Amino acid sequence: MESIRDKVAIIGMGCTRFGELWEKGTDDLIVEAAYEAYEDAGIDPNDIQAAWVGTVASGMMGECLSTPLKLRNIPVTHVENACATGHEALRNACFAVASGMYDIVLALGFEKLKDTGLGGLGVGRGLHPTLEMRRTAPGTFAFIATRYFHTYGLTPEQGKQTIAKIAVKNHHNGSLHPKAHFRREVTLEQVINAPIIAWPLGLFDCCPTTDGAAAAIVVPAAMAKRFRQDPIYIKGIGLSSAQLLPHFRPNFGWTSFTVNKEASRQAYEQAGIKDPRKEISVACVHDCFTITELVIYEDLGFSPVGRAKEDVDAGTFTLEGELPIQSDGGLKSFGHPIGASGLRMTYETYKQLQGKCDVRQIKNARLGLSHTLGGPPQVSCVTIVGNSLG
Amino acid sequence: MVGITSYGAYIPLHRLSREEFFRAWGGLALPGERAVANFDEDSVTMATEAAIDCMKGIDPKTVDGLFFATTTSPYREKQCSTIISVALDLGREIRTADFTGSLRAGTIAIASAMDAINAGAAKSIMITAADLRLGAPAGDFEQALGDGGAALLLGEKGVIATIEGSYSISDDFSGVWRSDADTFVRTWEDRMVLDEGYSAVLPEAISGLMKKYNLAPGDFAKVVYDAPTDIRRHPRVAGGLKFDAAQLQDSLFMTVGNTGAALAMMMLVAALEEAKPGDRILFASYGNGADAFVLQVTPEIEKVRDRRGIKNHLASKRVLANYETYVRWRGLITLEAARRPDRSPTSIAGLWRDRRIILGLWGVKCKVCGTPQYAQGAGLGGSTPLRVCVNCQAKDQFEDYRFTDKKAEIFTFTQDNLADTVDPPATITVVDFEGGGRAVFDMTDRDPAEVKVGMPVEMTFRKLYFDRGVHNYFWKTRPLRC
Repeated sequence: MESIRDKVAIIGMGCTRFGELWEKGTDDLIVEAAYEAYEDAGIDPNDIQAAWVGTVASGMMGECLSTPLKLRNIPVTHVENACATGHEALRNACFAVASGMYDIVLALGFEKLKDTGLGGLGVGRGLHPTLEMRRTAPGTFAFIATRYFHTYGLTPEQGKQTIAKIAVKNHHNGSLHPKAHFRREVTLEQVINAPIIAWPLGLFDCCPTTDGAAAAIVVPAAMAKRFRQDPIYIKGIGLSSAQLLPHFRPNFGWTSFTVNKEASRQAYEQAGIKDPRKEISVACVHDCFTITELVIYEDLGFSPVGRAKEDVDAGTFTLEGELPIQSDGGLKSFGHPIGASGLRMTYETYKQLQGKCDVRQIKNARLGLSHTLGGPPQVSCVTIVGNSLG
Repeated sequence: MVGITSYGAYIPLHRLSREEFFRAWGGLALPGERAVANFDEDSVTMATEAAIDCMKGIDPKTVDGLFFATTTSPYREKQCSTIISVALDLGREIRTADFTGSLRAGTIAIASAMDAINAGAAKSIMITAADLRLGAPAGDFEQALGDGGAALLLGEKGVIATIEGSYSISDDFSGVWRSDADTFVRTWEDRMVLDEGYSAVLPEAISGLMKKYNLAPGDFAKVVYDAPTDIRRHPRVAGGLKFDAAQLQDSLFMTVGNTGAALAMMMLVAALEEAKPGDRILFASYGNGADAFVLQVTPEIEKVRDRRGIKNHLASKRVLANYETYVRWRGLITLEAARRPDRSPTSIAGLWRDRRIILGLWGVKCKVCGTPQYAQGAGLGGSTPLRVCVNCQAKDQFEDYRFTDKKAEIFTFTQDNLADTVDPPATITVVDFEGGGRAVFDMTDRDPAEVKVGMPVEMTFRKLYFDRGVHNYFWKTRPLRC
């Protein structure tokens, strides 16, 4: 089995402002993300040979991309893999280029969540009479928090304080990004005292629902410098999908997810990473809820199992810390338009590795990791990029 | 001789003091408290719970009929005894019937079951009755009615009380009624209704029975017959027939309220709980006529003392804080809708395909690795039945495995304030079953403050929701009841 490492490169990326974009439709989001990417790559729309579009609930078919962009008769594929959808669009684009079939392709993810009149995602299970139990996303992820606190002997107060620090960190970082949904700092007290959404998760433990889009132009690595001097190379892409295991697998601990471990193992192996905590320069992970970020620290090998709290307390993952995580604010503060998120995270790692992040810039950034986690939770994607070959 | 072979009962956990009706509306507070079904309970779920209690230790395969008696069937066109029979895991080759329309639907069902068994058409028939009648807000019925159910198993083997004889009267009278367009119980001028109805027809049936079998009031250890909502009339019937006050079975008015078609059977269960071998019981019920029976308790009664019945269910209660909760649970006012997406239509095909899994809580046990598992997959069509083992991936190597009677323990949970529920927060539990198996269920009858990891729970049959004409029943977890 070959590795994707250094076979393909990203030569251009775009990302809309994220937020409650009442005045923008899906076409606006798609056009803004795609044309920023075209411009960044220095290509013409007609250079695109194939495209992958990711959205969970805002469009169908490849047509949802080709119509707003007026793409002419090229292959366009719609992909969907829950919260990993944006990553999935990029992953399919990368593998298609790596196959040698195409030279210049577009991966774009978008979501328009704010046209529903609802706060929070609508979670249902289709037509099934009992699977359609009206559970919510916060409720589903709260299972993790309840069990994590129990397993590691944290009182509700200790547990809530730990995850609250993650919200404070991510809001701080988001306040520094001009395109973030929330550009406002929050205090520990605000987070801890916020209304409970799904115990033990409060309002500030939950990411918002957001409108937005992000896009990438992918080419063979060997062609990348024809377009720009600072292309970003794909070092590894891991994807892991499980059945709805947590709900009925015996002895499942609910404090760690095999899909996270397996997706990161695949990506680390391809990228040749042995010690992710030391080797990764910056990471954007799936903080749909603060508790999710906490268990991701452990699943991705950044913190020892059961001891992520120590790293949180030590400030390990702040902008100034040993391994900055969510340098753009994460889902928590930058926002979570589902289909766009994997590409938005990649937009941040791409810009960090190009040294274009202004006050958020992480020094000597070499390797960037982005991670999405979908379902409750069943699918995980880890994408690692680097700014040099080898 | 045909008789009762087992009994069971169900009273909802929640009670409401009648003082609360007075607080809300003024007027007159009746004494005592009434039982209030939770928002996810109805006549079908309560009748199922009573039947489960009655079935304790009894092989479902030995039951060849199920009669459901109620005046509050959730469906006008669709049988509900079939729903209950799947929940109880009775077979397909059984006789099912819904007895409705009359407040003595329970005793009509008993008489029909007795006749069927006497005729040799069946060996064992379950009669399960429950009612959830509504009185209009601010009226007397709202205070006097209560919710509950009772079940009796009739047969010829292991009889705990023989049915020595019966006597029935049919009497057309709209004393208390609901038309097909009515939500709330109607009645006529009360003295006329009682004088010409209950207080005339019930004594006529009881004295007719005693005359037919040449029995006198002193021949009975207990006399058990239902009470009207005007509770004063209950002892007057007994007095008029020369029964002693000590012979009269308590009407449950002070503790439960008038449970309609289930009341007489619930009172009989309470009487049987206290009965001694050899006791003779007079059992009767009123409603568009009256049915009366002579019962004789046998020594077998000692074998069914482990039922939850009336006594244990009465002792297990939580008093509702206020009348507003009752109004909310019964859907009597329109509340602001939760800001959640519209529900998808319920798939009738899905309900049918997975009926044993949904209504009977049937899972599977892997024959290769022995792991019990309940199918709760993703996907629009559901992933049931399970085909591939979650643990060892063996394909189609399963035996059926039932979870309804398994105790479980909470592994993790949440209290979800965002979820759309009549009784927020939605308490959602992930549970591990005794003997293996894990699944996710809504939790009911819980105090959110008492829910914790490791808490023991049991399964209870409830309604998940009603949508576009479909009552969708499933199982939930609840704290161990009693």
